[in-house]
Amino acid sequence: MGVEGIGARVLRKEDKRFITGKGRYTDDMSVPGMKHAAFVRSPHAHARITGIDVETAKKMPGVIGVLTGAELKADGIGNLICGWMIHSKDGTPMKMGAWSPLATDTVRYVGDAVVIVVADTKGQARDAAEAVDISYEELPVVVKTAEALNEGAPQLHPEAPGNLIFDWDIGDEKATNGAFAGAAHVTKMDIVNGRLVPNAIEPRATLGVYDAGEDHYTCWTTSQNPHVARLVLSAFYNVAPENKLRVIAPDVGGGFGSKIFIYPEELICLWASKKTGVPVKWVADRTESFLADAHGRDHITHAELAFDKDNRILGLKVQTIANLGAYMSLFSSSVPTYLYATLLSGQYDIPAIHANVKAVYTNTAPVDAYRGAGRPEASYVLERIMETAARELKVSPAELRRKNFIRVFPHQTPVIMNYDAGDFDATLDAALKAADYAGFEKRRGEAAKRGKLRGIGLSCYIEACGIAPSAAVGSLGAGVGLWESAEVRVNAIGTIEILTGSHSHGQGHETTFAQLATERFGVPIDSISIVHGDTDKVQMGMGTYGSRSGAVGMSAVIKALDKVEAKAKKIAAHLLEADEADIEIKDGDVRVAGTDKSLPWFQVALAAYTAHNLPSGMEPGLKEGAFYDPSNFTFPGGCHICEVEVDPETGVTEIIQFVAADDFGKVINPMIVEGQVHGGLAQGIGQALLEGTHYDDTGQLLTASFMDYTMPRAQNLPSFDVMTTETPCPSNPLGIKGCGEAGAIGSPPAVINAITDAIRNNNLTMPATPQTVWNAIQAAK
Amino acid sequence: MYETQYHRAASVEEAARLMAEAEDGKFLAGGMTLIPTMKQRLASPSDLIDLRKIEALKGITVEGRTVRIGAVTTHYDVSTNEELAKICPAITSLAGHIGDPQVRNMGTIGGSIANNDPAADYPSALVALDATVITSQRSLPASDFFVGLFETALEPNEIIVAVEFVAPDKAAYKKFPNPASLYAMAGVFVAKSGDNIRVAVTGAGEGGVFRLKDAETALAGNFSPSALDSIAVEPDALLSDMHASADYRANLVKVMAKRAVAEIANRPM
Repeated sequence: MGVEGIGARVLRKEDKRFITGKGRYTDDMSVPGMKHAAFVRSPHAHARITGIDVETAKKMPGVIGVLTGAELKADGIGNLICGWMIHSKDGTPMKMGAWSPLATDTVRYVGDAVVIVVADTKGQARDAAEAVDISYEELPVVVKTAEALNEGAPQLHPEAPGNLIFDWDIGDEKATNGAFAGAAHVTKMDIVNGRLVPNAIEPRATLGVYDAGEDHYTCWTTSQNPHVARLVLSAFYNVAPENKLRVIAPDVGGGFGSKIFIYPEELICLWASKKTGVPVKWVADRTESFLADAHGRDHITHAELAFDKDNRILGLKVQTIANLGAYMSLFSSSVPTYLYATLLSGQYDIPAIHANVKAVYTNTAPVDAYRGAGRPEASYVLERIMETAARELKVSPAELRRKNFIRVFPHQTPVIMNYDAGDFDATLDAALKAADYAGFEKRRGEAAKRGKLRGIGLSCYIEACGIAPSAAVGSLGAGVGLWESAEVRVNAIGTIEILTGSHSHGQGHETTFAQLATERFGVPIDSISIVHGDTDKVQMGMGTYGSRSGAVGMSAVIKALDKVEAKAKKIAAHLLEADEADIEIKDGDVRVAGTDKSLPWFQVALAAYTAHNLPSGMEPGLKEGAFYDPSNFTFPGGCHICEVEVDPETGVTEIIQFVAADDFGKVINPMIVEGQVHGGLAQGIGQALLEGTHYDDTGQLLTASFMDYTMPRAQNLPSFDVMTTETPCPSNPLGIKGCGEAGAIGSPPAVINAITDAIRNNNLTMPATPQTVWNAIQAAK
Repeated sequence: MYETQYHRAASVEEAARLMAEAEDGKFLAGGMTLIPTMKQRLASPSDLIDLRKIEALKGITVEGRTVRIGAVTTHYDVSTNEELAKICPAITSLAGHIGDPQVRNMGTIGGSIANNDPAADYPSALVALDATVITSQRSLPASDFFVGLFETALEPNEIIVAVEFVAPDKAAYKKFPNPASLYAMAGVFVAKSGDNIRVAVTGAGEGGVFRLKDAETALAGNFSPSALDSIAVEPDALLSDMHASADYRANLVKVMAKRAVAEIANRPM
């Protein structure tokens, strides 16, 4: 490792512009003639639209256009889709209700877009939006996950009788029932994983520009995957063919999953730009973000875990109802199925697993992937029930887990996944040591003297990153492949541009991707630039989500670097009159190994472009591309230990210590990995302690601002104790596993296990707010 | 935000005149509630009459134990006033824990009490300190000034000039913040002057700030946290919402009251 190569703590190259206010976000984009959009949204959770009167609004000052869903439909713009087909256990395809980008006859959640207004200023657009007169006939509402399937519950979509989208199974039910028949102990639990609002710091925004001269569209958008956006906008929504549509996702201020999906607004602004003849910009305000960004989680689950007389796990049964909200968002169906139930084996050797998932519609905002996407839900179910089982069996929670660890790899679980590598003892041991787990009871006693309830909780999670291979996900219903592309362009004087289909919106790719080339050629990191987020620059890519950029995106870069290196060596061997096999590239020089013959890197690059003296038949230039399709998922795993003190008088929980020992495989930049873990932990702890989404019975979102929705603040978090162990991933060239979501996956069960240990009441639902904890303490008295 | 007309008044008289002339005017001090409300298009005053530059409304004076705080004094200025800290650290500490630094540098005592948010901190202090609210038209005791939720005794063109009180022997304020907004979900101000004890509660009451008379009586006989063990805080008249039920608030009121008493009992002043 050099000072800037793989494994180095290189400071983030992108931070200079971010911390000096020079970032360029979608809302910073301005084009001549640009106008502003406001959306008229439904104030009702469920209603029939009986009339839309736009005449008054059209006459308001500055108004350029007031457009409805009927006009959108007339122009052939398609409905929004869910891109992952799930089949119910009876073989029928999922029941997808129609989602018109602008509602035409029925609205199904508060925030459903109905009309777009385009005006000279944002204020005028809003004034006119208020003047749009929409008549509604209110319909009955179903909000709660648990009530969606009730007989007589209000129906959302005619396509989905009983609000049931799919009734899906995984695992062997018969074998699992058989395993339970021989159990010495069964632990049973009802577990709720509440709904979260993503709240990226940058609200969603888009700027749609139609160029009538070229019949061409440009879409600036806050996207984690601009190429997928272009594909969907072209292929499914009929906005324009790909060669007539450029999608640009410039600097993006956080996504956490919520900016993967194609929402109504970017598609409508593109269409409205053509319709009105002006570029149309829309920027969500925070209330719109709360109402109309895809939310996360929202599962209710019953789980049962069976043990033999030696406390070895025999089987696991899980039944989950997943609330997908009012419409099926782009990847919503995959989250509670292949991203959730396939992880239910955790770190344990479980001979039989059966899970059933029912996905339901309710009159709430659509639910889709949010940091971890299904894996936090799986880890929460399994790690809550493991801790509970240990308490029931009166054994150490750490040792019960250890007894059941998988130790032989590869390991085929009963739920599709084939774990390739791991060392769960190593992360457990590292965490136990760092947390001084053995000394806990002494600390509990000391806290008791101060009137505090002290508790400790574990979580041994596994997750799956770099979802792949494409052929496998295709067979499971995915509408896209999950490979990644890269191109390495060496310029004539040796500087390098790396084009990637991954998208950085906080992950630090401009630094870590550059470290790969620095490592390979020994050139300074400042001579390397990363290009991403523009479909005119990078031909195709699948974007960034599911902790895939390291494992998949970087692997594509490595493949392209291999090709560039091979060609550079051929050129150097020719110039230095040496054998190609003897050429090595190191510290910015290209040498003949074991001699003093060398060329500076830039001269090799220059030779490629002057083409005065290349090997016979070689094409000029030094630029190579690659596509990388992984052969398997990667499986990061780890152990998180949380220690808390609860104030029994108020119910306030203070996290005293949080230890995270994670196995991410090969680490490219430890500083960035630690930052990713810190952020993930903050989100996981936010879910465990603070973030609760409340709709009232009429479907109004009560927590629609930061006055009522509690985001984690620095004061809610301890100084984290994070560490990594390393078992390289065998399926990709760098041995990377992925680190972006682990913090949010591993931490919630650790926190809740700790609080329930402290208060001696296992019946506690996230978020464990002071009121919730105080109530649980009273109930246990 | 809807369009509005901005005026900067140079005197109390000018401000009152501008208000009388306005179609639907609002006085503006720190604007910490009004401006966000306008941004959300939930308020649309035709005119904003800014009081912050009026000299007569500025400044803190301390004479002996008598304190006068001008209406446009910011929370930051109250929190950092050394003279005030010497004789009544409870009020400087309270001001230092309102909102966040941005709010403390913009928000004012007059704006806060005029708005009378049931979760604001100052109302409990003013009632417990038996403060006098001096307006452009009269003086009235704080307990008469605060009428109900977001409701005060102020007449339409009446302007708060200052708040006056005599510093008690000892006082303390303890608040339990709403986890999201950090406004008080239960805030208790305890003031002790000889045998005269006043306890006022913010953040919890259905009708805004209120005195906890049972606690005052109990503490008069025995000024210690344990004296409050036996009192009952009735949940019936307390707020109940998704963040805190009335039962939980009742518990918090009692816990905060005991902690305020403990703080007083444990410190020299």
